[in-house]
Amino acid sequence: MIQHLIILPILIPMIGAVALVLASQARDSRRRQLSIALCVAQVLISAWLLSKAASGEMLFYALGNWQAPFGIVLMLDRLSALMLTLTSVLALGCVLFACAGEDARGSNFHGLFQLQLMGLNGAFLTGDLFNLFVFFEILLLASYALLMHGGGKDRIGAGLHYVILNLAGSALFLVALGVLYGATGTLNMADMARRVAVMDGDQAALVTAGALLLIVVFSLKAALLPLYFWLPRTYAAAPAPVAALFAIMTKVGLYAILRVQSLIFVDTPAAEAITTWLWWSGLATITLAGIGVLAARDLRNLVAYLVLVSVGTLLAGKALGSTEAVGALLYYLPHTTLACGALYLIAELISQQRGKAGTRLVRSRRLYQRHLLGGMFLIAAVAVAGLPPLAGALGKLLLMQAAEGAARLWLWPLLLLAGLSSLIAMSRAGSVFFWASHKGQVDSGRVMRPQLAGVLWLLASAPLLVGFAGPVSNYARDTAEQLAEPQVVVNRLLGELPAPQFGRLTTDEEESP
Amino acid sequence: MEALFSLVVGVLTASGIYLLLRGRTFPVIVGLALLGYAVNLFLFSTGGLHTHAAAVIGESINPADPLPQALVLTAIVIGFAMTAFVVILAIRARSELGSDHVDGQQGESGDDK
Repeated sequence: MIQHLIILPILIPMIGAVALVLASQARDSRRRQLSIALCVAQVLISAWLLSKAASGEMLFYALGNWQAPFGIVLMLDRLSALMLTLTSVLALGCVLFACAGEDARGSNFHGLFQLQLMGLNGAFLTGDLFNLFVFFEILLLASYALLMHGGGKDRIGAGLHYVILNLAGSALFLVALGVLYGATGTLNMADMARRVAVMDGDQAALVTAGALLLIVVFSLKAALLPLYFWLPRTYAAAPAPVAALFAIMTKVGLYAILRVQSLIFVDTPAAEAITTWLWWSGLATITLAGIGVLAARDLRNLVAYLVLVSVGTLLAGKALGSTEAVGALLYYLPHTTLACGALYLIAELISQQRGKAGTRLVRSRRLYQRHLLGGMFLIAAVAVAGLPPLAGALGKLLLMQAAEGAARLWLWPLLLLAGLSSLIAMSRAGSVFFWASHKGQVDSGRVMRPQLAGVLWLLASAPLLVGFAGPVSNYARDTAEQLAEPQVVVNRLLGELPAPQFGRLTTDEEESP
Repeated sequence: MEALFSLVVGVLTASGIYLLLRGRTFPVIVGLALLGYAVNLFLFSTGGLHTHAAAVIGESINPADPLPQALVLTAIVIGFAMTAFVVILAIRARSELGSDHVDGQQGESGDDK
C-alpha cells in the first residue's frame, strides 16, 4: 500500500479536477471547500514524501507494473520532493485567496486549478522524457484557460501570444524527443543516461543536438533572456491567484534543466555548451530584468520582472555547477517563489482599494487598510529584494560564496546591483501607494478573510525559512549531493548491470531478430 | 525514400515557420498546424524507415518499432486539441480586440502585412 502513495500527488488533483468540473452546478461554497481540502491533502502528502526523501531514500513507482526501461516510471528523490512541497504550499495560498470571489468570475476555476497542479506534480515526479512532455502539455493547457479566466482585452491579447509561443515550444520539444529517441532508442531518463555515457561518433553528435534543443525549450518555459519577452505581459494580465501560481511555472523549466543535465547529459559535449549558455544568458537576464524592474510603471509588471531576476539568478547559479552552488540555489528557490507569489496577491489587494488607478504607480486616493497592506507589502518587499533579516539574503549569500574565480567578478556585481534596483523599485512603489496619496479615501475593497489567510500563508514562509535555515539548507545541500551522483539513480532503477556497449545497435537488433 | 521523407519534413517545417511569423492570427494557426504535421512525420521516422514492416509483432519478419507510433498518436491528439483551442482563442481575440492582428492593432501600422 505504502509504495502507492507516491502517485497520489498526481491522482488527488486529477480526481479532484474531474469531480470539480462535474460538480459545476454545485454551490460555490461546496466547491471551495472541496478545492481547499484537495490542496491541504496535497500539502500533507508532499510533506510526508519530503520526510521520506529527506532520509536519502529514492522511491520508484512503475506505472501498471511495467518495469523500467519499458514502462513509465515515477521517481521521487530529494529534488522532486522539494518541488512537490513547494507547489502544494504555493497552491494552498492561491486557492485560499481565490476563494474570496476571484473564482466566481469565470467557470471552472477550481477544476482547472487542480488540473494545473496535476500537471505540475506529474512533471516533478516523472522519470520518463515523453511523459514529461505530456505533463508539460497538461499544465500548459490548464494554464491557458486559467490565464484567461474572467476574460477581458488584456488577458485575451496576452493569452494569444502565450498560447502560440508555447505551442511552438511544444513542437520543438517533440523534435528534441524525436532526435534523442532516434539516437538512443529509449525515453526513460535513467536508461538514456546509461546509453549516452557510452556513446560516440555520429550518435553522440545527434544526442548533443537533441540536448541543446531540449534546453532551448526549457529555457522558454523558464524565461531565459532571448526567450523571456512573453513573461511580463502574460503575468501582469493573469488574475492574481493564477499569476501567483505561475511563479512556479518558470521553476518547472529550471527543474527540467536541472534534471536532464544532472541525470542524462552529465559528461557529454553538450553539458559544456549548456553550462556556457546558461551562465551568460542567466547573467544577461539578471541585467535586463534589473533594468526592467526600474522601468516598470505598474506593480504587476514590476513583480513580473522580479520573477525574471530570480530566474536569472537561479540559472546563473545552476551554471556555476558546483554542489555548493546547486545547494544554494535550491535554498533560494522556495523563498523567491513564495515571495513573488505573495507579492502578486498583495498587488491584487492594493488594486482593490485604489479603484481606477489599480496597481499603476501613480498618485491616487488613500488606501482604506493602509497599515495592514503596508505591513504585508514591506515584508514581501524585503523578502523579494533579498535584504538581511529574511531568507532571500541568506540564499544570495550562499550563492555568492559558491562562485569562484572569474565567476565572482561577474556574478557579485550583477546580483548585488539587481538587488539594489529591486530595492529602489519596491521602495518607490511603496511610497507611491502608501504615502503619496490624495486626501480622500473610499470605504471599499476591504481585504476579505480568505484573501488575508492566503497572503499570510505565503508570507509566513519568509520568516520560517530563516528560522529553519539550518535544516532547510542542509536538505538543499543533500539534494545537490544526490544530484551530483546520477549513477545511483541509474543503478537503483535498472540494476547494477554493466553499461551496455551499444547505442543505436540494440534497437536495430530488436527490429531484425 | 530517406531523401524524399526528409525533403517533405523540411518543406513542411519551413512553410510552418514562415506562416508562424506572419502578422495575422489565421496564417499563424495554419503555420502551427503545418509545423505539427512536420513534427509528427519526424517523430514517425525516429524508429527508422522500413518498408514491409508490420506494426504488429508476428505479422512480418521485421516488425516496425512500435514506440514512435505511440508517440505520434499522443502528439496528434494533443496537437488536435491545441489547434481547436487556439482557433477558438483567435476568434475570441478577434471579437474582443477588434482585430485579428497578433498585436491587436489595426490600421496604418498593422494593416500592410
